[in-house]
Amino acid sequence: MKKSKILIGAAVLTIAGFFAIAADHIDAPAVAGGTSDITDIYGFQGQNTDNIVFVANLQGLLSPASTAGASFDENVLLEFNIDNDGDAIEDLVIQAIPRDGKMYFFGPTAPSQSGLNSTILADTAMRNEVDITSYGANAIVETNNGMSFFAGPRDDPFFMDFARYGEIIAGNETMFNDPGSDTFAGTNVLSVVVEVPKAMVGTGDSVNIWVESKRKQ
Amino acid sequence: MKLNNIKLIAIALLVSFSAYNCSNDDDNGPTGPTGPNFTGTFTQQDQMGRPAINTVFVDMADKNSFNTTVPSDQNAAFQTKFEAKLLALNPGYTTNALGFDAPTFTGALATDVLTVSLNGTTTFFDGTNVLTGRALADDVISTELLLIFGGPDGSENPGLTDDNVDGNDKPFLTSFPYLATPH
Repeated sequence: MKKSKILIGAAVLTIAGFFAIAADHIDAPAVAGGTSDITDIYGFQGQNTDNIVFVANLQGLLSPASTAGASFDENVLLEFNIDNDGDAIEDLVIQAIPRDGKMYFFGPTAPSQSGLNSTILADTAMRNEVDITSYGANAIVETNNGMSFFAGPRDDPFFMDFARYGEIIAGNETMFNDPGSDTFAGTNVLSVVVEVPKAMVGTGDSVNIWVESKRKQ
Repeated sequence: MKLNNIKLIAIALLVSFSAYNCSNDDDNGPTGPTGPNFTGTFTQQDQMGRPAINTVFVDMADKNSFNTTVPSDQNAAFQTKFEAKLLALNPGYTTNALGFDAPTFTGALATDVLTVSLNGTTTFFDGTNVLTGRALADDVISTELLLIFGGPDGSENPGLTDDNVDGNDKPFLTSFPYLATPH
């Protein structure tokens, strides 16, 4: 009895994992489960309220056992896009690309071109780098010119009863459970966190941000 | 003829690729042989602004294309489809707590960028401020459910407006890098 319950639980978790496309986890067939899959982005005021923090998470639903083996892909460029004049076209980018155990950051700087294709602005943009924190180690943070940088595995900050949502959408249930069950509890992501002075990204009341993952051709 | 064209293009690409590599050997700048190689063109695969937009509002057949449509083109390409999806999810939709009718609400969502305030509270929704950012602890899914299902005063479809998961399974840090240590 107990064993069958565990087995059913494992099956439910597997199914939930497979279909768990919440936030942006495994959101589309071309990126699902791959190294360019963005799971979530965040933008918020820093502990120093003159600063703004940008977070991009990749490769969701990592179990603790699989986290040490997960790594940033050197062929995947992560690009924080910042629109500071309200037209949804990037005026500034912060690029992040891993090389040999370090995450390199370029920007904030104007991109050489907007849109779907990018080159790394290594020859012109302000460059920073931080050692990628390995699983189980203390967070390595690099701070330079008022900017702070981190890259490495973290707890997935996203929470949702995604399994129940799926059941509702499928027509098998009509309402959420109370309390609900966090489908993302106990799972990790690969995080890139950047904190920069607000003055570096815009002078108005707000900016629009989005994050892109771009693969080397 | 067509096959020949393809062959010619392939040869041209190969030549340009190897030529590019050759010239790279002569590069003594930061992308040269002494440091990491940052050359090449990178082409978009995934993108994200607000939470769960592609997941909730985009049909399976369009999910890849939504990820590779630049935000300034997303409204024209997807607003109508978003409106149809909203009305499929909630056939009784009239307006929501923001006072947005279906075209207005889906028009705001289709351009998938996250607005982040530079002069105050940054939150998806904290009871007072709406869509001024996204903080780690924000219950973004319940906010979106409320706006999709809750009607003008949030009281409609009470079983669908909150997933009853209100927080993360690990506390966040007050200082950089803010996210909790991995499990």
